[in-house]
Amino acid sequence: MISLDIDKPRAGARVVVAMSGGVDSAVTAALVAEAGYDAVGVTLQLYDDGAASARKGACCAGQDIYDARRVADALGIPHYVLDYRTRFRESVMEPFAEAYVAGETPIPCVACNRTVKFRDLLGLARDLGADALATGHYVRRLPGPDGPELHRAVDADRDQSYFLFATSRDQLDYLRFPLGGMTKDAVRREAERRALPVAAKPDSQDICFVPNGGYARAVERLRPGAAEPGDIVDLDGRRLGGHDGTIAFTVGQRRGLKVGGTGEPLYVIRTEPEARRVVVGPRAALARSEIALGGLNWLAGAEPPCRPTPVQARIRSARPPAPATLHASADGTATVALDTPEHGVAPGQACVLYDGERVLGGGWIRRAVRP
Amino acid sequence: MSARVYLDYNASAPVWPEAADAVDEAMRAGANASSIHAPGRAARARIEDARESVARLVGADPAGIVFTGGGTEANNQAIRCSGAERVLVSAIEHESVLSADEKAEILPVDPEGVVDPEALDRALAGDARSALVAVMLANNETGVIQPVARVAEIARRRGARVHCDAVQAAGKIPVDAASLGADSYALSAHKIGGPQGVGALVLRDPDAAGRLIHGGGQERGRRAGTENVAGVVGFGRAAGIVGERLEEFARLSALRDAMEAELHAVDPEAWTVGDRAPRLPNTSMTVMPGCESAAQVIAMDLDGIAVSAGSACSSGRIRLPYVLEAMGVDEAAAMCALRVSLGWWTTPDEIDRFVASWADLRRRTARRVA
Repeated sequence: MISLDIDKPRAGARVVVAMSGGVDSAVTAALVAEAGYDAVGVTLQLYDDGAASARKGACCAGQDIYDARRVADALGIPHYVLDYRTRFRESVMEPFAEAYVAGETPIPCVACNRTVKFRDLLGLARDLGADALATGHYVRRLPGPDGPELHRAVDADRDQSYFLFATSRDQLDYLRFPLGGMTKDAVRREAERRALPVAAKPDSQDICFVPNGGYARAVERLRPGAAEPGDIVDLDGRRLGGHDGTIAFTVGQRRGLKVGGTGEPLYVIRTEPEARRVVVGPRAALARSEIALGGLNWLAGAEPPCRPTPVQARIRSARPPAPATLHASADGTATVALDTPEHGVAPGQACVLYDGERVLGGGWIRRAVRP
Repeated sequence: MSARVYLDYNASAPVWPEAADAVDEAMRAGANASSIHAPGRAARARIEDARESVARLVGADPAGIVFTGGGTEANNQAIRCSGAERVLVSAIEHESVLSADEKAEILPVDPEGVVDPEALDRALAGDARSALVAVMLANNETGVIQPVARVAEIARRRGARVHCDAVQAAGKIPVDAASLGADSYALSAHKIGGPQGVGALVLRDPDAAGRLIHGGGQERGRRAGTENVAGVVGFGRAAGIVGERLEEFARLSALRDAMEAELHAVDPEAWTVGDRAPRLPNTSMTVMPGCESAAQVIAMDLDGIAVSAGSACSSGRIRLPYVLEAMGVDEAAAMCALRVSLGWWTTPDEIDRFVASWADLRRRTARRVA
């Protein structure tokens, strides 16, 4: 039986569980409820999914909401659906499109966690008199001498700490992640053991509101006309070919560059949306050893350290943390000096800073400085 | 937790035990009301008794009562089968009216939520097309009573027909179909403590109905399908009961008004929608500024109190409050409205529990906002 570190008798401790309709949050809800807490399931409707949006004025929920409700029914806990479509559009989808159009590679999941989930839903949980908000994220919240700390999940393949770096200390204090110490296989087994209706449901992939990874099309829908054709040029500005819009390209990308003739494989080095140009070059041109960060969020103490600090920096969700030195400023900006250059540093992505398993904080990648 | 407090009568009223018994009895008696044999004739007699009872509740001719599968179907039939070239509906109609004709013209309401008859007059003037006007008798969310008699008078002068959704009003306030003057009315059984899934279309001219459901010749050819004998019988019994209790229901307004005064005392910023207009005695829609409806409904539910954020949709999701938008309530306030609807079983003690829960939530959220 799990313990959520709430200073209250369990029966009197209300815990709101964010239920997406997937297996992870279903097991989260089961663990919270079975541990004797006053579990309350909440599912957010974030956008119109296909079936619902096809009909004008449709007032129906998609499969995920249905699944979440059936799980809550099976667990015997109250369950509510909140219409967060407007908030999600304003806080996540619009900024996502905005950033893409500006030539960045945004991570909407981070924006969603820190706004829709940990600001709005968390606020609702407080309104409901709840003592904590539990989610199915694979990340650990561990007690430390200066309050709760954020640590990577035990299951390294599932670790979501990269997407949670922007969580504030106040939010972290209120949050619980019961799955952080479990492997995905163990979570599936827990779902099967309880015969939860979603036990066999496949994992969700990628960004929830972008079906099948079609980022460019998603941005097109949000910003009609954003995709304007332009040139693909090399580092010296020579035209190598054409493209149908810079939004289809991100830094480090190799596929989809319809330029031939050069012997060496070419990568997207940067996009220049105003000039409608995609600049390509050899892999070596991607190397960055210094990364400028904005919007630094610091979880290990009240303020980021004022002197250079050794850290491990993760510049993409799929990259392992790499040794680096953090130089933080008081104004929320920072520079991260990498011991070894990285090759996929994309503006708009997060640079998350670790000390071993612990998440120290992180910031948004602004511009990369050549070595 | 002590017994649950049910303050959502406008969504569905608790069934009268006598109505449930009548349903049970009719269902066990069985038979098809169209059959010639004795059990069939007994079922037919039950339906006709119920028809008279429902007719009595709204001062209508039993011949004009067409039993339907609910209020939504009655509204749909009245509008979709009217044959009118134009349909005009008030902005605060129930979705079963608003959605019945996508091209319907919308009639505005004033800030108290009352439809403007003069706007109707202007809309009808100088247009030779045949028109159907749909205005509800009482709004489901605010309880505000609409000037249906005046609407009918204007419509008649302009040669238009009138359909009136009386689902929320019937059984709660005296309804006299003849003096109101509409051509048709919609009723629903479960809003008055009858079973769900049965309603009625009430016709001034018994032969004036177009067909929505096609098939057999039941309901004098106006609604096909084997009669829902048990449902109809339960409807009839509930109609009889609430018809005898109109004065008792009227007294709910004192309880409702006292409740509103307490809420306003807890939070002087709180205000009640449409409270300067005539309202149903049981309905209250109050805004708790800065606290969204969803949070209110959930918090109350977790305290064992059943209330609503306006009309619920089928998935239970909470929708945008279009009724309040139509009244010109600003969106921030509209998102923070809670509907409380009292009924025949409501006690002062239940209202006290609701007020206490509301005040608790107000304290919690005020702290968060501050």
